[in-house]
Amino acid sequence: MRKKIALTVNGKAESFEVDVRESLLEVLRNTLGYTGVKKGCGVGECGACSVLIDGVPIDSCIYLAVWADGKTILTIEGVAQDGELSPVQQAFVDEGAVQCGFCTPGLVLTTTALAESGREYTKDELKRELSGHFCRCTGYQNIVKAAEKAIETCRHDGSCGNHHPADHYHDPEKQEGST
Amino acid sequence: MAYTIVGKSVPRIDAVAKVTGKAKYTDDFFERDMLVGKVLRSPYAHALVKHIDTTKAKELPGVKAVLTYQDVPQIKFATAGHPFNLDPSHQDKADRLILTGKARFVGDAVAAVVATDELIAEEALRLIEVEYEQLEALLTSEAAMKEGAPLIHEDCPHNILSDRGFRMGNLEEAFLAADTVVEGEYETSMVQHCHLENHISYAYVDTHDRIVIVTSTQIPHIIRRIVGQALGIPWGRIRVIKPYVGGGFGAKQDACLEPLTAAMTLAVGGQPVKLNYSREECMIDTRRRHDFKFKIKSGVTRDGKILGMHIEAVSNTGAYASHGHSIAGAGGSKFRYLYAIPAIKYEPKTVYTNLPVAGAMRGYGSPQMVYALECHIEDIAKKLNLDPIEIRRKNLIEIGHVDPLSQNKIMSSGIRECIDKGKALIRWEAKKEAYQQQAGDKRRGLGMAAFSYASGTHPIGLEIAGARIVLNQDGSVQVQIGATEIGQGSDTVFAQMVAEVLGLPIDRVHVVSEQDTDISPFDTGAYASRQTYISGMAVKKAAEEIKAKILDFAWGLTDIPAHALDLKEQNVVYKHSGESVLPLAEVALSTYYDTVFAQPITSDVSNNARVNAVPYGVTFAEVEVDLKTGKIEILEIYNVHDSGTIVNPRLAEGQVHGGVSMGIGYALSEQLLFDPKTGKPLNNNLLDYKLPTIMDTPDIGVAFVETHEPTGSFGVKSLGEPPALSPAPAIRNAVLDATGVAFNQLPMNPQRVFEKLKQAGLI
Repeated sequence: MRKKIALTVNGKAESFEVDVRESLLEVLRNTLGYTGVKKGCGVGECGACSVLIDGVPIDSCIYLAVWADGKTILTIEGVAQDGELSPVQQAFVDEGAVQCGFCTPGLVLTTTALAESGREYTKDELKRELSGHFCRCTGYQNIVKAAEKAIETCRHDGSCGNHHPADHYHDPEKQEGST
Repeated sequence: MAYTIVGKSVPRIDAVAKVTGKAKYTDDFFERDMLVGKVLRSPYAHALVKHIDTTKAKELPGVKAVLTYQDVPQIKFATAGHPFNLDPSHQDKADRLILTGKARFVGDAVAAVVATDELIAEEALRLIEVEYEQLEALLTSEAAMKEGAPLIHEDCPHNILSDRGFRMGNLEEAFLAADTVVEGEYETSMVQHCHLENHISYAYVDTHDRIVIVTSTQIPHIIRRIVGQALGIPWGRIRVIKPYVGGGFGAKQDACLEPLTAAMTLAVGGQPVKLNYSREECMIDTRRRHDFKFKIKSGVTRDGKILGMHIEAVSNTGAYASHGHSIAGAGGSKFRYLYAIPAIKYEPKTVYTNLPVAGAMRGYGSPQMVYALECHIEDIAKKLNLDPIEIRRKNLIEIGHVDPLSQNKIMSSGIRECIDKGKALIRWEAKKEAYQQQAGDKRRGLGMAAFSYASGTHPIGLEIAGARIVLNQDGSVQVQIGATEIGQGSDTVFAQMVAEVLGLPIDRVHVVSEQDTDISPFDTGAYASRQTYISGMAVKKAAEEIKAKILDFAWGLTDIPAHALDLKEQNVVYKHSGESVLPLAEVALSTYYDTVFAQPITSDVSNNARVNAVPYGVTFAEVEVDLKTGKIEILEIYNVHDSGTIVNPRLAEGQVHGGVSMGIGYALSEQLLFDPKTGKPLNNNLLDYKLPTIMDTPDIGVAFVETHEPTGSFGVKSLGEPPALSPAPAIRNAVLDATGVAFNQLPMNPQRVFEKLKQAGLI
């Protein structure tokens, strides 16, 4: 069965038909060509496919495309603005948080949500927030450093472009409602 | 030695591509009318296919081909990603067919379908009717070797793939001269690479009837040869392309799915077919680490000098050989560079079982061997009541040592300084003092372990590397290498080497990251921690050739002899003073367009490295053991490495972080589990297989002791695999220090620790 959905991806309004069995991951990659969305497990274990849905990091592999109807999606392709890396991306580059790069898009997006929340995080809180992402290359050391640096930068100069209202995040009820 | 850009933490040259999602991996390429391949896997660990009926599957609309073992070439081939050996007696074990009529593990590929989409392919698999005759499943090495056990491969008696060991010195005399004999048994577990990008490839036949395979591999040139062998077609008819790779760690140093992908496209008239393993498939039908069982017996003097060591090892290689025969050998050779033990007898047995196939994984036999050895050294120290660090120091090998078997000579070693540094970083003395009298439910302890390794495979394997450089019109260069970037940072390191030789900033060095066997120079690929050392030699050689040609050309332009010239900051300069003579860009432009002398400058070199350099290092760990729960917490952990010159400190630290994290998983949580009766996998997914998360990973301290290795370009030695070697035994030794209980089996997960502490009367 097919169903028409309308959504905004990286600031662009899209409207098309999807197979109701398709995941958001499949639609983003195969229909729209956003191949920065990575598939590492397909069942919500690894976090590589994370995208922001209305500002909230979600594993797009276990999120049906039809649920995305009316939603605003940010993929890794939409993070840099006018060819300028975001503070989060820049921190990942500068701190050596990137190796094979396969987990990177998901981690950049979750960190973006944290940075845009305007909140402060202890190191333990930060690690908990990022714990939905597996990385086999880095031992997570430089990922933590990059995330700390990016969040700090954004808090100081408010330089994180507010892609989406981030107030859904850390509101358990709304977060639940969004899935 | 002072360098301009070697030794600097320049950002990875592919970092921007990766943080913006622009880096393309195998699954990110689309071909029109790409079909989907799927594999039918045996539900039994050991079974003959008696009958297979594909009629219904073939009738399903959307199914383009169904293949069984009867439809693929009946040519046995070897999958191990080694350079080919012209000597048949040294060739890898050819024991595999693309699809099999005899299943040798749960998950073995007996048939495959090609369909228009994934759902149809899945449906078609369900329509294939297979009648199996079950055979006795041999799920342990002991069961496989017992008298009368069925043979997993008919040509391997007792299911022993290989038992080639070595002896050096006189072991009998060593034991007679010893004051005491210490014995121990140590056991490691089956773990999996868990690279984030699963194995994937796609293939099609191009307009010249050549098979093009795009694949996530560490070894494109080797894959070309293996696919040619498996299909029985000329190797030149195959073209392998390697885009960005999402991690490998050895699992992609093997032809896991490329021969089948090629067979699939041939079955559908050359139409593109993608074979994309799920995580669950990847964890059982690619490769895993060999689990080893060791028995070690050492003859030691009362002051701790080791006179002789007898090591028996049993390595479980699973259903097919892959790298099995050489991994037990490698494990037995690389530790010999650490301690000067005059007599060693090494007796390994590599055994086939009906379990998933073990192959290359970061460390290649050494994580197992270093674990056993460094537990054993600790046990010797404990028995003799000697300081564990002092007993190691007493036995260390010195610079100038020549290994009697490999003839590799130690030309640089910072092992003593590594030990000193690690000891200082963890504040060994003060903490040892503080932890002397402990009571209560939480006990703290300190442990350390050391290792030696190698840089590449000489003299066992061929070490060919190729590099090609082109000087552009604007004075920038393109660098092509056959060596592969799989996340470790080799492209960046090569760019730094070229920039150093040619006096260029890093952004004037354009590395072609993709390998294409039609275009890229020949290099065997990413394994054995070889690329910075081995491929680095080719890269430096190519850059020096470019430099010589540039200076020669400048001689023609300026009449200043080439030997008086140098390259610096994009200028041709006087060598003695650094004074600029003319801009490099001007020379470069003339090489293309001077109406008389134009001759664009290129170099294309190959280097056969017949040397090997030994890297060293240590792990120091501090743990807290919760006696009530069996949980081990790592409070502090440091890895200190002698890898010669560090070309890029930040990337090098990243390698160490990842290796230590892998070592921590090996020590504490990771283990592939199988039903002991049926051999069915129990945790082949990232939920049940306990890969360390960010919350499980402590802060990892990294330090380097930089030596200058005379045989390495810029003094480098290897670093890729070494960080994963010593964490597990260091943690085990710290737990021993904390509790007095020796854990001789990995992983030390809470269940096992709890049971053993209970046994020891601590709970």
